[in-house]
Amino acid sequence: MDASSSNAGQYVELGSEGALRLDSGAELARFGIAYQTYGTLNADKSNAVLVCHALTGDQHAANTHPMTGKPGWWEIMIGPGRPLDTDKYFIISTNVLGGCLGSTGPKDLNPATDEPWGLSFPVITIGDMVRAQARLLDHLGIDQLFCVIGGSMGGMQALQWASAYPERVFTAVPIASAARHSAQNIAFHEVGRQAIMADPNWHGGEYYAHATSPHAGLAVARMAAHITYLSEAALHRKFGRKLQDRDRITFGFDADFQVESYLRHQGSTFVDRFDANSYLYITRAMDYFDMAAEHGGSLPAAFHKTPVRFCVISFTSDWLFPTSDSREVVKALNAEAANVSFVEVETDKGHDAFLLDEPEFHKTLLGFLNGAADKRGLKNP
Amino acid sequence: MTPSREGARAGLRVDLLFIADLISPGSRVLDIGCADGALLHYLSSERGVDGRGIEISQTGVNACVARGLSVIQGNADTDLMDYPDDAFDYVVLSRTLQATRNPRDVLAQLVRIGRRAIVTFPNFGYWRVRWSLMTNGRMPTTRLLAEPWYSTENIHLCTIRDFTQLCDDLGLRTERQVILNHTGHDTQFRSTSRFANFFGEQALFMLSRR
Repeated sequence: MDASSSNAGQYVELGSEGALRLDSGAELARFGIAYQTYGTLNADKSNAVLVCHALTGDQHAANTHPMTGKPGWWEIMIGPGRPLDTDKYFIISTNVLGGCLGSTGPKDLNPATDEPWGLSFPVITIGDMVRAQARLLDHLGIDQLFCVIGGSMGGMQALQWASAYPERVFTAVPIASAARHSAQNIAFHEVGRQAIMADPNWHGGEYYAHATSPHAGLAVARMAAHITYLSEAALHRKFGRKLQDRDRITFGFDADFQVESYLRHQGSTFVDRFDANSYLYITRAMDYFDMAAEHGGSLPAAFHKTPVRFCVISFTSDWLFPTSDSREVVKALNAEAANVSFVEVETDKGHDAFLLDEPEFHKTLLGFLNGAADKRGLKNP
Repeated sequence: MTPSREGARAGLRVDLLFIADLISPGSRVLDIGCADGALLHYLSSERGVDGRGIEISQTGVNACVARGLSVIQGNADTDLMDYPDDAFDYVVLSRTLQATRNPRDVLAQLVRIGRRAIVTFPNFGYWRVRWSLMTNGRMPTTRLLAEPWYSTENIHLCTIRDFTQLCDDLGLRTERQVILNHTGHDTQFRSTSRFANFFGEQALFMLSRR
């Protein structure tokens, strides 16, 4: 996949066309969006697909990650002959506003002070992320996306796109997602944020000036969050109570169990690629997400007379964004007699299933996209 | 009526053939209990219909979506109330009414969310059913009612007379009716005739609110 997009990717500075007004009321006079593209935009610009990443994802969906050297997080989905076929679609993958892989976020310099923003960066929302992406599409001259798709927080963006810009979205595919963040999920996020803020190296968010970083806190946040992405069954299948490089327990606090060692590894590798303040801002954006609340308490009102075709997908063992969350979206869409498909995929892999090889999921998605592409007049390669 | 040949060529089940011919091209259709989506696929590809489906089995739903149909997992008893009034031109319920928990409410929902409801069901008054019960003294199993009593999904079987009585109670107007015999042909009987209830193996009704 690297042929069509370099790992370094692309970057555009926006705001000269007008400041970005945020939900908080603050404005960003200038902001940058880092993005990757895969495939080729067709002549009438009708084959663009916006891939939206989850909390700790980034724009490197289908290319080798420049920092970790690992494959892109959705290589399984994006490429020739894959559901998001790069011979057919023009895939755009952005780093969200508030992120730390190139798009403007708290670790960048505040142009007013020439100091890193830190906690003076305005609080952003899912709506703001989508607004910034819409500016990028304007810049690219794309009026309408064939599809906006994403899992978890990416699904929130897909729903927000369909709600805020219905005329700019032909199909929306929210996967393992919800129209509002649950109390349980806010609670998990708060645990993560408190872990970061309790790290003395956090320095009230101004660790950049101290040439340090709250690695320990961020690692703990990642470890706690990572548990929520898996299922009990998946953890048991992968680790059980197996011991790590030893025959018996040590009566100490080393990582005796494989599952401990695995989580520590997840935590320590995460801190190398992620900014702790970005983690605070992006988790907050998810917490604030509540589409019904923004429409007078009515979720159907968020999709009033929507022309968008939806494919809502959930996974049976996902307890972070359970099927009931997806069903709420489907109910609301039905109340608007919207064009919606809804599939619950049987799997024991938990929330992370949207990133994994799930043949039933991929087959269904491919069928949905093919059907919609026919209606949009997109040719098969 | 005699169904068109194109539907037969598409391999549609016989009651679906009759249903397909009642649906005007280009209309909005909701097929409840759409199984693998055979009718929806036919209607959308051949008749330009804007079709949606509800299916209770996840394998059915996934198969439908994988072939490009707009289908959600759900069931007639609980999910119809989500839709607004007159959301569809036609709402189809084929051989599913007898498997619902509350057929009376389901019928009322059908004519609320659709301008017309098309319902087909196996006739429990069919002579083979009666004969089977009379001679064997056991719960009848027939071609259309193949499962034994302990595993059948059909918990609310009715005869044609039962059905027309319920439609009267609900104040529904019958716009079309087709009583099919065991070879899948239109018997031409009126549903009010005793012959219909005796010789009809299955029945189709197109209903609307008065």
